Amino acid sequence: MSGAVRARVLVRPKAGILDPQGQAVERALPALGFAGVSNVHVGRLIELEVEDPDELPEMCERLLANPLIEDYEIET
Amino acid sequence: MKFGVVRFPGSCDDDDALLAAGRVGEATILWHADRDLQGVDAVVVPGGFSYGDYLRAGAIARFAPVMEEVAEFARDGGLVLGICNGFQVLCEAGLLPGALLPNVSLRFVCRQVSVDVIHADTAFTCACEAGQTLSIPVKHTTGRFYAPDVELDRLDSGGQVLLRYAPGQNPNGSLRDIAGVCNEHGNVFGLMPHPEHAVDPLTGSSDGLSIFESMRAHVAGRVLV
Repeated sequence: MSGAVRARVLVRPKAGILDPQGQAVERALPALGFAGVSNVHVGRLIELEVEDPDELPEMCERLLANPLIEDYEIET
Repeated sequence: MKFGVVRFPGSCDDDDALLAAGRVGEATILWHADRDLQGVDAVVVPGGFSYGDYLRAGAIARFAPVMEEVAEFARDGGLVLGICNGFQVLCEAGLLPGALLPNVSLRFVCRQVSVDVIHADTAFTCACEAGQTLSIPVKHTTGRFYAPDVELDRLDSGGQVLLRYAPGQNPNGSLRDIAGVCNEHGNVFGLMPHPEHAVDPLTGSSDGLSIFESMRAHVAGRVLV
């Protein structure tokens, strides 16, 4: 029971949904001289420790992400 | 007619909602941690930044004890109006379709907008005329209504889009200019514009009052029947 598992959940806007944050970053990088940047998307990273990693998908579905607008990826 | 206005930590338009509702009926505050809806005839989930809007706007508030009661009230056919953050909360709670995304401009917008009444035969718009234009302010950062195309088609054909931004007035990039939608049964309605801030000519418009008057008329009609 001692072993809490460290997990990371990556949440990003679903493909096809307009992502103005990603676009803003994509426009800002060339302004700093970085060329050749495309397909920028901004999401968020949630780090957590869980005793039962099997519960992670349900946590994502019910709270950590909004499945209508966001995709998530679980890393343990 | 008694309105209940939910107050979360971080609500900031609860007082104006109370005042607006109080102009057409009785109005009382419903505290987020209470489960007692105090026998109200309609619930208003007001604007603000409930629970700091942490994670996503409305994501945490929907788990508040009062929201469990509001969900049951809505399931039983009770009238629920969600304004701005309240709209976000109702979408997160699954009581309304779709979701609200950050404005395309990524900026906070605060201005008077014109919204067209698309359907006037509903509990929330029956004091309006179809095609009427209301002047109501918006003030938000996360107001871009989104739903997948098939869902948008369903909302259109089901008559669930009650308010649209007038041509050229869309302040946030909402798909199909949607400013307010109701659920399938027509008893839960959410909108980004703030009718509670437009109830007195002193502040530029009293058009918002018609939303509250519609709710009162609907409840009065239901009682008579």
